Amino acid sequence: MSHRLSGNEAVAYAMKQINPDVMGAFPITPSTEIPEYFADYVANGEVNTEYVAVESEHSSMSVCIAAQAAGARSVCATSSCGLALMYELLYVAASCRLPITLACVNRALSGPININHDYSDSMGARDSGWIQIYAENNQEAYDNFLMAMPIGETPNVRLPVMACMDGFITSHAVENIELLETDAVRRFIGEYNPEHYLLKKENPLAVGPYDISPYYMEHKVLEAEAMKAAKARILEVAAAFEKISGRHYGLFEEYRMEDAELALVLMGSTAGTAKAAIDKLREDGVKAGLVKIRVFRPFPGEELARALAGTRAVAVMDKSEGFSANGGPLFAETCGALYGLKERPHLIDIVYGLGGRDVRVEDIEKVFGRLANIAATGETGPVYVHMGQRSREEIA
Amino acid sequence: MSTVYNLKREVEKPARLTGGHRLCAGCGAGVVVAGVLRALNNEDRAVVVNATSCLEVSTFMYPYTAYMDSFIHSAFENSAATCSGVEAAYNALQRRGKVDGTVKFITFAGDGGTYDIGFQSLSGAMERGHDMVYVCYDNEAYMNTGIQRSSSTPRFARTTTSPVGSVGQGKKQNKKDLTEILVAHNIPYVAQTAPLGNFKDLHSKSYKAIYTEGPCFLNILSPCPRGWDYPMAKLAEITKLAVDTCVWPLFEVEEGVWHLSYTPKKKLPVEEFLRPQGRFRHMFQPGNEWMIAEAQAYVDQKWERLLERTGA
Repeated sequence: MSHRLSGNEAVAYAMKQINPDVMGAFPITPSTEIPEYFADYVANGEVNTEYVAVESEHSSMSVCIAAQAAGARSVCATSSCGLALMYELLYVAASCRLPITLACVNRALSGPININHDYSDSMGARDSGWIQIYAENNQEAYDNFLMAMPIGETPNVRLPVMACMDGFITSHAVENIELLETDAVRRFIGEYNPEHYLLKKENPLAVGPYDISPYYMEHKVLEAEAMKAAKARILEVAAAFEKISGRHYGLFEEYRMEDAELALVLMGSTAGTAKAAIDKLREDGVKAGLVKIRVFRPFPGEELARALAGTRAVAVMDKSEGFSANGGPLFAETCGALYGLKERPHLIDIVYGLGGRDVRVEDIEKVFGRLANIAATGETGPVYVHMGQRSREEIA
Repeated sequence: MSTVYNLKREVEKPARLTGGHRLCAGCGAGVVVAGVLRALNNEDRAVVVNATSCLEVSTFMYPYTAYMDSFIHSAFENSAATCSGVEAAYNALQRRGKVDGTVKFITFAGDGGTYDIGFQSLSGAMERGHDMVYVCYDNEAYMNTGIQRSSSTPRFARTTTSPVGSVGQGKKQNKKDLTEILVAHNIPYVAQTAPLGNFKDLHSKSYKAIYTEGPCFLNILSPCPRGWDYPMAKLAEITKLAVDTCVWPLFEVEEGVWHLSYTPKKKLPVEEFLRPQGRFRHMFQPGNEWMIAEAQAYVDQKWERLLERTGA
């Protein structure tokens, strides 16, 4: 069935279909609508979730951690500074191996304060032990949220999942999307029946110890192994989801990559713009292609290297700065992935769109123009640049 | 529970905080926690929550836990939110027929985790009305990190961040009145108690807090031999002096009605409480008599106000 929904409404609707046990709710732009829609579902008796409207994001994540440890399926939504306020607890959630699902509606971090889209919020949380899945559009935001629990709750994974979508661009724009029937969703998600939980009568559980050096590292390695195991599980869940939805998902999406010589690596809604540019360039005979990263954690390094192996020049497009003085976070991951190739393409990083600055088809075409020049001359030029940066004189 | 308190019968209950934890000898925290948990009916389960604290690192060092009940620790400043999350899960799972039996939710946090960094989380949980008990074991400084001042540290107390020197005279500010702030939350039950004598006061207040529906708060004085600098054998004596000098009055507020639990037969001068403790040693130097006078005046003022409120 086709419906016109914003990204936020689509995710809230997915939550309604799941009917989770507990929601930790706190408003922050642009994710606020998710707890708002969900509060209506609660008020109208359409779900029987315990809705806990807390006094901060720190507490919404604390509630989710405790509830999930107690044996309840828990969800929450946040953005930007809200995610930053949760950072300490993101690590706690992952290390306690609690498969919480968080709808992250990406927004630039302060300061200066800015409410529009970039990935500085979730990129800051990339090493927290959460699985991160990014949506290009409303349909993917809905689908990814439905796939989050079957991924995270698997016994050999048991990690929290951040289902991300672009603030405003995806969260607030209305698109036609296909929704699944609620019965099909419930069958797909299944019951949450953890082996151990605080409220289990037969066997009390202690969670969150003081962990000393002889044990801490073993626990961290187990967490790392779980993240490795998540990769196969994400693909299994995607295959099962395809059976009920007809929609195919992988660790990333390859667009016109079969014979591509020039390629982009990027995430989220910019992929739509990039696909339009690529279609235009293909008409002109340019062998342009795109790899849209869907799963950033676990990072599909080996798979990405295979996908880019035949290319001559690649531009990574980072929609977050990172301040490493050496390129953005997606660039760092892509560099790492390509290092193992015997013959590597030229690689550049273009940081763009910070704080919601628009990126247009012609901007993407310019990037391909530069890649074509690199491929022709063998000269990479500046490796790490900022797209559309105005001079001080222009700004004044 | 029989209405007549009997210490012997109470201590014969199976312990819910077992021995072998790593708290210091002479620490009030273990005594407080054991005393509160003893008020649970034998047939009832509990989930115990800890803020990061001396208590947490001493009672749940992997792979050993000192608690017989389920337990969760998450972070320093979120123990009240954590407890509310467990309670929310219980409500949800009970509604869906996935959990049965009585389960009580009890949080323990130090004064740093309560008066300071956990204050917002505590206020939020109390306002939301979760059916839980929040216990502050108040040892009047950040003891787990090595004796730093908190907003609970009393005026003049020496800590590593309110030291005594040629100019500094210990903490400059008076102790925050957290119990009163919790009363202002209009929750069903707020009480102040201490591990005193035969533990009747601590026990009966714990029982009321645990078995009163809704959010309840206990502020329990918990002397610390390291931070307060007293000989570890003197825990009971120091506690008694805190109460008999009216530095730490025992009272409770049920549905907004104040009640004084204990009036000393003879209200002792505050210096009786201050003298045995190294953290107040500088107050007894010649020329510093004004400090004791001001400490006394502050205690007297607070005590008079409490007497007015309780109608005692």
